[in-house]
Amino acid sequence: MSGVLFECDHVAFRRGETLVLDGLTFGIAEGATCIAGPSGAGKSTLLRLFNRLGDPVAGSVRYRGRDVRAYDVLSLRREVGLVPQLPALLDGTVAMNVGFGARLAGKGADVRSALGLAGLDESFADRSAGRLSVGEQQRVMLARALALEPKVLLLDEPTSALDERSKAAVEATLLDLRERLSLSFVFVTHELAQAERLADRIVWLDGGRLSARPAPVP
Amino acid sequence: MTGAIHITVGQVAGTLVLVAVAVAVSLWQHVDLERDIGIAVIRSFVQLTAIGYVIKLIFDQDHLAFVVALLAAMVLFGALTARSRARKVPHAFWPLLIALAVSGATTLGLVLALGVFEPQARYLVPVGGMVIGNAMTAAAVALNRLGDEVAGSLDQIEATLALGATATQAVRPVLRRSLRSGMIPLVDSTKTTGLIFFPGTMVGMLLAGAEPVDAVRLQLILLYVLLGSVALGALMSVLLAYRNFFTAAQQLRELPA
Repeated sequence: MSGVLFECDHVAFRRGETLVLDGLTFGIAEGATCIAGPSGAGKSTLLRLFNRLGDPVAGSVRYRGRDVRAYDVLSLRREVGLVPQLPALLDGTVAMNVGFGARLAGKGADVRSALGLAGLDESFADRSAGRLSVGEQQRVMLARALALEPKVLLLDEPTSALDERSKAAVEATLLDLRERLSLSFVFVTHELAQAERLADRIVWLDGGRLSARPAPVP
Repeated sequence: MTGAIHITVGQVAGTLVLVAVAVAVSLWQHVDLERDIGIAVIRSFVQLTAIGYVIKLIFDQDHLAFVVALLAAMVLFGALTARSRARKVPHAFWPLLIALAVSGATTLGLVLALGVFEPQARYLVPVGGMVIGNAMTAAAVALNRLGDEVAGSLDQIEATLALGATATQAVRPVLRRSLRSGMIPLVDSTKTTGLIFFPGTMVGMLLAGAEPVDAVRLQLILLYVLLGSVALGALMSVLLAYRNFFTAAQQLRELPA
């Protein structure tokens, strides 16, 4: 797996008066890439640009060699799935949530298979999404993205709201998915150890710019 | 009807005793509303007196162009007033203006087409005022709720957009709740009409000496007309305004702080 997935060309992004990304130029290859850096570095913003939930104020973002703005935005979002940091499920059952995106795309979803891929058994399908634990909701978010059969998954701090046991389970699920589905991942994390466990390579951001890997704390 | 009743300035002044009661309650309980009560009394007197003269002029002329001009002014001021309640909705003025204009025109057009009222100033002005006023309140409540709901559901809306949903699909539950908020007050008050309160038109007609059956029938007509105008006003304002939260690329715009 060596094709280039995303390329940023002098990308700048502003939120209000704050420059969140400041002239980023770099590429992300297929496989598993971690975007690491301190809070406010622009990591989540970068994922949003890959999924086109935002557009840069300067520069361009390319996906597989084409400017993301040249794609049909809805098709791009189905191909490049984003799992946000905090669970944000709709009112209703788990099955309704998991099948939601696929139904919008006009195709049926294999809800049980998607749940299985996300590490949840079939019994979750009929449960109310609002009554699940945060860890379970996070997995339903993952299943919902997987039901669209994406080629790339963008994961924004996928284990930040989880306890150690749930975190280990989600990490195992991600490694398993990569093995079984040949999915590419771009994920954001604060944790260096997690980045090293899951990623082929790590991109460091600080203050909206690429930065060198920080020296380990003695 | 036994004829119109005449109210003297002295009778109006007499009711100021009850305003004094309101001021006394405010002072006694330290509610700090004396100034607002004073402003409300003066504004209501000046505004109603002024509109009374305008309506008299229009009734005397009995020309549809004057009626249309007055209703257009009501729509304009209604949209400006409702906009102040919808501060969290970007560019809310045009959706409100269009919603009030369409709601007023459709409702009045329908009652005229059905022959419920004659196309005369003495029917169109008061009924138009009620229609536009109620549609304004419903649209303001609906857009106020829309602004709060979008601001409170940003994560969920973005998560839905990220799945390949259009802006309309992502915001549909929010639209439903906003529309409901705009319509519920009138639906509820219509349900309790005659049990808990007598609506204004009926009270006015009874005071003016009309037969109770006539007063009831006119009130029913107005209630049903208002239900339609409120539904149209809330629906159109919400459907036109929610688009202002999104870009053409189905992205949420950054909301003003």
